[in-house]
Amino acid sequence: MLPREHLTAVIRRVNARGEPALIAFLTAGFPRAQDFTEHLLAVAAGADVVEIGVPFTDPMADGMTIQRSSQAALKQGVSLKWILAQLGTIQRPAAPLVLMSYLNPLLQYGYERLAKDAAAVGVCGFIVPDLPFDEGAEFRAALSLEGVALIQMVSPVTTPERLAAVCAVSEGFVYAVTMTGTTGRTIAVPDTPINYLENVRRHSPVPVCAGFGIRSAEQVARLSTHVEGVVVGSALVEVLERGEDPTAWLRALRP
Amino acid sequence: MNVHIRFSPAEQAAFLQAEIDGEYPDARGRFGPYGGRYVPETLIPALERLTRGIREYLYRDDFQIELIDQLKTWVGRPTALSFAPQLSAAWGANIWFKREDLAHTGAHKINNAIGQVLLAKRLGAKRIVAETGAGQHGVATAAACARLGFPCVVYMGAIDMERQAPNVGRMKLMGAEVIPVIGGDQTLRAAIDEALRDWVSDPGETFYVIGSAVGPHPYPWLVRELQSIIGREARAQFIAQQGQLPHAVMACVGGGSNAIGMFHAFISDKSVQIIGVEAGGRSPALGQNAASLSYGWPGVLQGCYSLLLQDVNGQIQETESISAGLDYPGVGPEHALLMAAGRVHYESATDADSLVALQECARLEGILPALETAHALVGAKQWAQTHKDHHIIVCMSGRGDKDMQTLQRSLIDPLSATPGS
Repeated sequence: MLPREHLTAVIRRVNARGEPALIAFLTAGFPRAQDFTEHLLAVAAGADVVEIGVPFTDPMADGMTIQRSSQAALKQGVSLKWILAQLGTIQRPAAPLVLMSYLNPLLQYGYERLAKDAAAVGVCGFIVPDLPFDEGAEFRAALSLEGVALIQMVSPVTTPERLAAVCAVSEGFVYAVTMTGTTGRTIAVPDTPINYLENVRRHSPVPVCAGFGIRSAEQVARLSTHVEGVVVGSALVEVLERGEDPTAWLRALRP
Repeated sequence: MNVHIRFSPAEQAAFLQAEIDGEYPDARGRFGPYGGRYVPETLIPALERLTRGIREYLYRDDFQIELIDQLKTWVGRPTALSFAPQLSAAWGANIWFKREDLAHTGAHKINNAIGQVLLAKRLGAKRIVAETGAGQHGVATAAACARLGFPCVVYMGAIDMERQAPNVGRMKLMGAEVIPVIGGDQTLRAAIDEALRDWVSDPGETFYVIGSAVGPHPYPWLVRELQSIIGREARAQFIAQQGQLPHAVMACVGGGSNAIGMFHAFISDKSVQIIGVEAGGRSPALGQNAASLSYGWPGVLQGCYSLLLQDVNGQIQETESISAGLDYPGVGPEHALLMAAGRVHYESATDADSLVALQECARLEGILPALETAHALVGAKQWAQTHKDHHIIVCMSGRGDKDMQTLQRSLIDPLSATPGS
């Protein structure tokens, strides 16, 4: 099974139990670089998919929490190369790994080399918030050689024609941004996003996972019948920052 | 010459021909290899709406009539083309200034701001956001918003707010809300990130007035179209006065809006040398300048593939320049293309040399240039040494009033501290 198919299959398997998959985000190397692999495994123990954030100097789609965690990680010398090296040292967790990165660190690493190196350490997919699908052909082609997914994002303002085109090239899962805005803000999940999420599901051949602003079990429960997965990011980063147990916190989010 | 960038003569010729034929930006928003639209999905509909809006309104007679009226009766265009006799005598070539410092609010930024706010009105926007570095674009946008009745929010790095304090006050007096940016490097780059975050929260009703020829397509194109009046006027004025073309034109380059505005009308004039001058800061070492065309290599920042000051891991580097308006680690994609095509020569000027040139200009011509503009003067001074009696037009992109705090510290206080003075 290709890495991108494994990612899809894991989400579907959770859905078969009647639950949404829980996708948990952490910024690599935050709060302390030396705790990265330990945190990663603790997060993996409570989540179905782990999204590892590659820090970047200019995270334009992110709110204060992830801006702050990225800066702190960069100060400790965290880089894409370092993250891949760390992933090579651990026993691979059951939860598939995906990397979230802005484009420039990936571009400088080199797409083909990155696809190989990432696949070798068990990375199943990439989420690139500043790479809309029409600029993504080159990176998608490089990842495709290794069977790694380029996970597409859609937003409530994505037009119907564009939604169809984005879903047509989606791999792994579709990341449906719950709202216009940056990560980390609390939202109540009003009716419009629900309709929008249902619409994305109608178009998407792969599971649809909702993210941005999801912090509570109540929100997860409310979304659970409308999507195949939920992404928690800033709230989990804050849990790690406070030194709390991420596994227990993630388990408490489940319905 | 940038050691990272190499194109064959055939590629260079093709780039130049496409540029002259008006093929850039192409359908994908590219200037040759550079440009594009690297933004979150949420911003794509807003960028598409803007692209359609430019095509629909910008070249239409009724829009042009309204824009030209504002430029003439409010901005004060056309700006003068001034000969600089004393500097010419001192430096050796005939130095001319295209006087954007005389435009309303004191710099070329107003050409772009009033154009974009007029476009925002046509597109039904309810609110304007902008970023600013030196404060000139913020002031220009605040003024245009006051003039046309829009609420205006300006993001400005906390460091820039300190070094350009008078402009913060001007923006506030014109009714803009100025929000300090404490994240990132606290200068222009962080302000753009924050303006993008604001825009991504309300892309339907907010219009982002970007201040330089950078960012995702269609901004580099829109800003160039609105600023290229500088070069068109200068070219016509020079021909009217001298009956010939100048031998060279020169401008400072940060993001590159005054420069692309100055250069664009001259690109097909093959006899005219075109020179851009970047901020050389303290030294060529990474982190001690803001000269992305001189020292950077290709990458993606803030929606655009262009040349960037970055490390091997693709992290954007902090920059250093005495001039807040040039203190940016990227550059507009059309400049990257013009360098690739070999049509424009880019060099850099240090903080120290810029301060000397600024003083000479102020003393000999009675014109206090902005610190940004002073970099172009350094380039002109060097060019003059080897081009005696030739004509060069320098874009006097802005006036130096906003820089008094920096000038007080670096030039005036040291003078009065000299023993015996």
